[in-house]
Amino acid sequence: MGKLLSVRDLKIEATSYPPGEPPRRISIVNGVSFDLEKGRVLGLIGESGAGKSTIGLAALAYGRGGVEITGGEVTLDGTDILKLGKSGIRGLRGRRICYVAQSAAAAFNPAHRLGDQVIEATLRHGLLSRDAARKRALDLFRMLGLPDPESFGRRYPHQVSGGQLQRAMTAMALCPKPDLIVFDEPTTALDVTTQIDVLAAIKHAIEETGTAALYITHDLAVVAQISDEIMVLRHGDMVEHGPVRQIIEQPVQDYTKALVNMRSIRHDEAPDQSGALLRMENISASYGDGVPVLHDISLHVPRGQTLAIVGESGSGKSTLARVATGLLPPSAGRIEFGGQVLPPARKARSRDDLRRLQLIYQMADTAMNPRQTVREIIGRPLTFYEGLRGSARVARVKELLDQIEMGSGFIDRYPAELSGGQKQRVAIARALAAKPELIICDEPTSALDPLVADGILKLLLRLQEEQGLSYIFITHDIAIVRAIADSVAVMHGGRLVRFGPKSRALAPPFDDYTDLLLKSVPELEIGWLERILATRRRESAGH
Amino acid sequence: MNRRSIPLTAWIGFAGILLAFICAIFAPWIAPYGETEIVGDVWQPADAQFLLGLDNLGRDLLSRLIYGARTTLFVALSATVLAFSVGIALSFIAAVSRGMIDMVLSRLNDLMMSIPTLILALVVLAVLPQSLTVLILVIAALETTRVFRLGRAVALDVAVMDFVEAAELRGEGKLWIVFREILPNTLSPLLAEFGLRFAFAILFVSTLSFLGLGIQPPTADWGGMVKDNKDGIIFGVSAALLPGAAIAALTICVNLVVDWLLRRTSSLKGGRGDG
Amino acid sequence: MTGFPATLPRPRLWLRRRFPLLARIAERLLLSILLLLTVSVLIFAGVEALPGDFATTYLGQSATPQAVANIRAEFGLDQPVTSRYFEWLGNALQGDFGSSWASGNSVSEQIGNRLGNSLFLAAVSALIAVPLAVGLGVVAVRFRDRLPDRLINILSLAAISLPEFFVGYLLIMFFVVKTSAAAFPATVYDSMSLIERLQVIALPVATLVLVVLAHMIRMTRAAILGVMSSAYMETAELKGLGALRSITHHAAPNALAPIINVVALNLAYLIVGVVVVEVVFVYPGMGQYMVDAVTVRDLPVVQACGLIFAAIYILLNMTADILAIIANPRLRHPR
Repeated sequence: MGKLLSVRDLKIEATSYPPGEPPRRISIVNGVSFDLEKGRVLGLIGESGAGKSTIGLAALAYGRGGVEITGGEVTLDGTDILKLGKSGIRGLRGRRICYVAQSAAAAFNPAHRLGDQVIEATLRHGLLSRDAARKRALDLFRMLGLPDPESFGRRYPHQVSGGQLQRAMTAMALCPKPDLIVFDEPTTALDVTTQIDVLAAIKHAIEETGTAALYITHDLAVVAQISDEIMVLRHGDMVEHGPVRQIIEQPVQDYTKALVNMRSIRHDEAPDQSGALLRMENISASYGDGVPVLHDISLHVPRGQTLAIVGESGSGKSTLARVATGLLPPSAGRIEFGGQVLPPARKARSRDDLRRLQLIYQMADTAMNPRQTVREIIGRPLTFYEGLRGSARVARVKELLDQIEMGSGFIDRYPAELSGGQKQRVAIARALAAKPELIICDEPTSALDPLVADGILKLLLRLQEEQGLSYIFITHDIAIVRAIADSVAVMHGGRLVRFGPKSRALAPPFDDYTDLLLKSVPELEIGWLERILATRRRESAGH
Repeated sequence: MNRRSIPLTAWIGFAGILLAFICAIFAPWIAPYGETEIVGDVWQPADAQFLLGLDNLGRDLLSRLIYGARTTLFVALSATVLAFSVGIALSFIAAVSRGMIDMVLSRLNDLMMSIPTLILALVVLAVLPQSLTVLILVIAALETTRVFRLGRAVALDVAVMDFVEAAELRGEGKLWIVFREILPNTLSPLLAEFGLRFAFAILFVSTLSFLGLGIQPPTADWGGMVKDNKDGIIFGVSAALLPGAAIAALTICVNLVVDWLLRRTSSLKGGRGDG
Repeated sequence: MTGFPATLPRPRLWLRRRFPLLARIAERLLLSILLLLTVSVLIFAGVEALPGDFATTYLGQSATPQAVANIRAEFGLDQPVTSRYFEWLGNALQGDFGSSWASGNSVSEQIGNRLGNSLFLAAVSALIAVPLAVGLGVVAVRFRDRLPDRLINILSLAAISLPEFFVGYLLIMFFVVKTSAAAFPATVYDSMSLIERLQVIALPVATLVLVVLAHMIRMTRAAILGVMSSAYMETAELKGLGALRSITHHAAPNALAPIINVVALNLAYLIVGVVVVEVVFVYPGMGQYMVDAVTVRDLPVVQACGLIFAAIYILLNMTADILAIIANPRLRHPR
């Protein structure tokens, strides 16, 4: 097998335009090198800002939004594609190298039929006749397991689901029989139960067609299923590069080890889960249009414990949080807090009711007023609930900053001057300032990079131990549930499909949905995907 | 924010606006002659004594331009300030309370906006008595609709953010939410809108005066001066062009500043700041 | 199909889901009719709100009680407000706007000619301005942040700051007084040929185009930039498509709706512009007629002109919205 793609000392820069300041150059990739042989798959992995997508696009000699390739070589079969002229590059793109974007929903043109878009590059490059291209598209739709492959191509992008779009985009990339496909986080935006199907389809297609691929993701477990080699990136530098088995079984660098050994958190469930700080009974709810989104849900959280509510998008898990906080009064059912019935609507709740139940949001960016400093953000609940002012208030804000392991040096910063993890910590401090009994955490770590998220989870567990807090932790991530929960509620389609202590909820015998959900979560284990697919085949054959 | 990041165009804009305001405020001290004082022949050409020449009644053009700045700026500024106070108040009430209040106010606004501004102004001015107050009120009413629309959109953008919900969940009152949470985050676009509305008011009052429906003679105002002197054009007398140029120059200056404000208005939602 | 609706708004929801395109167009049509009716009420009521009785205003000094009563009877002012409104509206719908207070002539007759003149002026301006604006907007996007774009930005910024009358007189000064290249005033009469008419309205059209163009370019540029920065344009580029194919096949169908919106919005400026430009060039159109009527408070004329201008504006906006609805693939091809 010969070398297909060779990247040498690649340097990429961008111009950043901070508001109110002169523009400045920042380096995104600082001299990365690698080789890719024909038919092999290289996984590029790293946190956001690691430069992995930028490198992927550089393989198409493309820089997104002001990004500029400033040094190095990218050679395809011996030709440096960075030195090619415009028409030379056009001859490569969509013909020898293709791209699969993270959001196929945005990447497809809403004005044209999927089939026409899938075969467009093949036709424009004169690779096949229209009929032959249509035939190939049909074969690809079949190979990727798309429903009604014969009529699929006649549909418009808005007429099919997200998972199907992602597969259609893969078909679009495969159609011209390219030598190399760049997959840019193709399953990141999907739910886990959809992700596994798309992942399987992509893996199958890569094997069938023998194309080489760069597979970009932040999820080590995903990349372990699909790649032959893995390259770990951080802040635009290569950290480690090796065969999949070596990277996940014997990582050399500390950063890789941290990635592999993530979720080292352990929390044993509380033996006694009888009492209830918050109890929701027979809750049903709907939004303005009258279509019910929650159906008869009953669950409770004991004092000092964590209830994890797990489900995919649209399962109603966030709606349940809105009901608990009183933002969405339920259409039926009752909520008890500390043995007392809680008024359903926020406006009817007393200030003390509000104080005892706090909420932490998924996006720390929008959860804090960008025009207020940390001092005001954390200080306001102190003034509002306790009437604290002046030096007493400052002292308490500093104390809270210490509790979230940030220190009083941050007191006069604005949110924009904090990192993602720091913002989420400040949001936690704001919740703590109210001296709450229960904190509802609505996916507080899902927008964060894995190592940062880990830190947040540890902090939450420590605070629980020290202050006897109760949490309702809403998440789509089973690994987090395993790590921190005492009890677990599984939601699907607005219904509670499972509720109980962690040890029982996450152990067989399972209901169908929980079984599917648990089995869809990628595990950091080579051959996991094949194993799951084989089990599925066996089961469906057995039925 | 440092001074070097303000572009040259914005400086020119600021300078022009400042000059106009100085003329307006200190008109009696700056103007060489009186506002309505007849000092020579009809359309007497410019010379050392009358730097810009005389107008259709033999009044000094430069002096009338300076006094005209006073009237034009006064009407435009009061109309804009009025429209802004009312428009922002109503739009924020609509955005924060939603529901019926929002619906009624928005539909009413849509209705007002479904008639072209000048046509609506003409219909109203045909009925109401001619006075400075009426003129200001009419312009302000028309401007209010535009301010309302933008104010509501901007406030809604912020009102749906989690930090506003967080404040509601804390139990904060409406006033706190409007003044402490929403307003500070809308200042930039609102400031730019104020500039845009001010520019529009200058053009609008001038247009009405030009049509003979705005400020009434003998008070000097730029639009009216164009009307007074327009008959001279075909004789090659440029007296009508000077006040026209003054309107244009001032509006350009305001727009230059607005252009800069709009450019530096950064998105509130922002990124995570990593590259 | 599953069951029909228990609650009230469901039929509409059902209709929207089943025939989204037709449902939205029908909704838009209904809205326009409603809007027109409300505007007619507004314009009629505006006159009713005239301080003092308008028979007295009409007669001025010679208002003896008997004369006032006669006038009131003559204009039907002794009837209740609602019946007068419906009579006025009914007549207006049949093209009868009553007679002018100032001249006693039929308003409809006067308007008939002038409306044609105004529409001619506006249509010629639009025909020139729209393609020019879209073309220059595309140029600005094509050379984004480079010299042509900056030039277009600065010049259009200056142009939107110029009052129409200033541009008009500037053009007259230059083309009539200094070079005698064009005619002034822009008088048109029935016996004129099309060519002659076009020659006469050259300067008014130039004025209108200049003023409308600036707004239109700026908004077209923004609309196209929005489309060009979308992910599917990146997809097109990464497919190795040429610039021409990308623009005609991928950008154009999606840019259509926003550009239609821009054009419609700017035709409103045209309506306002027409009024001023007609006064500047002494052109016998509706705008001048209306301004004269406002000056002498000839209310039937003001009402008629106001209603017609508003109706044209509302219809233009409706047409644009309906075109934009049709241009939306999501509505044309429902799930």
